[in-house]
Amino acid sequence: MNAHTGSTVEFSDVSKSYGKQRVLHGFDLTVGPGELVSLLGPSGCGKTTALRVLAGLEDATSGAVLVNGADVSRQPTNKRDIGMVFQSYSLFPHLSAVRNVMFGLAMRRMRAREAESRALAMLELVGLGAHAERYPHQLSGGQQQRVALARALVTEPRVLLLDEPLSALDAKVREQLREEIRRIQLRLGITTVFVTHDQEEALAISDRVAVMNAGGIEQIGSPEQLYTRPATPFVARFVGQSNRVRGVARGGMVDLYGHQVPLLEHADAAGTVEVLVRPEDIELSSAGIPAVVLASSFLGSMRRTSVRLGDGTVLVVQHSVGQNPQPGESLGIGWSGRAVARSSTTETAYMRQ
Amino acid sequence: MTGAVRERPPALAPGAVGSRVIVWMIGLLFAIPLVSMAEFTLRDGDGGHSLVHWFALFDPANRASYSPIWIGLGNSLVLCIGAAAIVLLLVLPTMVLIALRFPRLRRPFEFLCLLPISIPAIVLVVGLAPVYLVIGRTIGTGIWPLSLAYGITVLPYAYRAIQANIDAVDIATLAEAARSLGAGWGTVLLRVLAPNLRTGILASLLIAVAVVLGEFTIASLLNRPNLQTALFVVNKQDPYVAVILSLLALGFAFALLLVIDRTASIGVRRGTRPPTSAEKVTP
Repeated sequence: MNAHTGSTVEFSDVSKSYGKQRVLHGFDLTVGPGELVSLLGPSGCGKTTALRVLAGLEDATSGAVLVNGADVSRQPTNKRDIGMVFQSYSLFPHLSAVRNVMFGLAMRRMRAREAESRALAMLELVGLGAHAERYPHQLSGGQQQRVALARALVTEPRVLLLDEPLSALDAKVREQLREEIRRIQLRLGITTVFVTHDQEEALAISDRVAVMNAGGIEQIGSPEQLYTRPATPFVARFVGQSNRVRGVARGGMVDLYGHQVPLLEHADAAGTVEVLVRPEDIELSSAGIPAVVLASSFLGSMRRTSVRLGDGTVLVVQHSVGQNPQPGESLGIGWSGRAVARSSTTETAYMRQ
Repeated sequence: MTGAVRERPPALAPGAVGSRVIVWMIGLLFAIPLVSMAEFTLRDGDGGHSLVHWFALFDPANRASYSPIWIGLGNSLVLCIGAAAIVLLLVLPTMVLIALRFPRLRRPFEFLCLLPISIPAIVLVVGLAPVYLVIGRTIGTGIWPLSLAYGITVLPYAYRAIQANIDAVDIATLAEAARSLGAGWGTVLLRVLAPNLRTGILASLLIAVAVVLGEFTIASLLNRPNLQTALFVVNKQDPYVAVILSLLALGFAFALLLVIDRTASIGVRRGTRPPTSAEKVTP
């Protein structure tokens, strides 16, 4: 059902300024056919601006946006053949769910009967076939976003743009809907750009994630790459949790408090380095490096405990709920032995920006 | 419009008896002048009551003396249409444009729109007189150019009514959603924004019509005959008929407002009514 599948989207050196404020600079990104790429970053990093430039809702100050190799920078939004779901509820309040979904088809001058049957099929796909005649104010937030998704997809657009569509929903609905978005996206094979500030969301459903900071891309890669090999301290801090630990590197290994741990990119690292250790790569044990428990919180399937080492370094440890350390308790910690990433190699590159 | 039903009245609301008393008191207050006028028209020369003045209105012999009323009424209707057109075709699109594209202009525009309310009509006329001298020479002395002046007097009321509605609806997102679905600006305005701003548009039209039907000062000082100036002229000849016509004019304005309200609510029955805030379910 998709004549347009396999569109590619390319940002070529896109910049956007509001007066003196540069929101986006030198933004380069290529999204392959049928790929779901997330733009992840803190608020104000330019991710929404990038999406709006792609949608034509903002004009880029310089650079070009290409869809299937053709420059669309000069095209108005309504000619770009995109589908978009917004953060705030954007259904037309005066139209029922099915009429909302039919709107885009009506704009393409499709006959009402055919448009209606297509709209109903799409509502069925998002699980709202029974609610077609309801008005937006009769639907819950999650349902409204499903209708918005159906409305964006029914025209079979070249690109699907999702502008934090889940952030107004509560946790449970959010998780459910994001799985569903991914399922539908894979099924239709539609090229998708997904903007979010929620790293868990981005990691869960993306083919690739572009971590953005201060108007540019810090790192782009698969969720696994970002998590296990963060290119910059910013990415390491923003994607998942990590502890920064000082150690001495030599011959592809790093010495952390007297224990050898392999380095991810060994190469020629030598001397004092800073490495990033994930909380799940640290273990609690009776022996090991002595530490004092500061606090511990129960998170359902696991427990997260912060401990202080002899030299004052504070580490966060993730462990099973079987262990229940009390604040003030003295115990030992050890490394799981999984390879760790260096943060200082990229520190300079990061500082230069 | 069909109001939302509240489960419980707010704590400070008067009870059933209290609200009835309030309605009656206010009703009485409005009824006194109306009843007095009606009573006045029924008086005959000898201190009794009869319908003699009402019958005189339809006496063909008096047609000449009452003709200014019909001319005035026709003129006022033209002016109503003119003022409504200014609100619909100029003020509304401007306000939408400001809300969507130039939010920074909102304050200055609001100030500009509310300005006429702080300027007495008589002062306004001082400024308008030389303008209308030029208009009289170039466009003509017909009645419709006066609707330009009325557009200005209506501006503050129309602005408030529409702006309240714009503030209640996220028109920026609605417009962007419609644009992303392939709608041009005309479609956005007519098929997406207008239905959701209907309440505000309607209120602004009702107020525009009410203000124009009741306007006297500007028309009188610029020598353009409208309903109110005509009533004034007839009043000098025959006070009874003037009061009868005032009553009829009031009834006419009431009927006109009712018609506008009914016409606009046809859409409601078709199910295109935007939700009232009380009906929205929380996400």
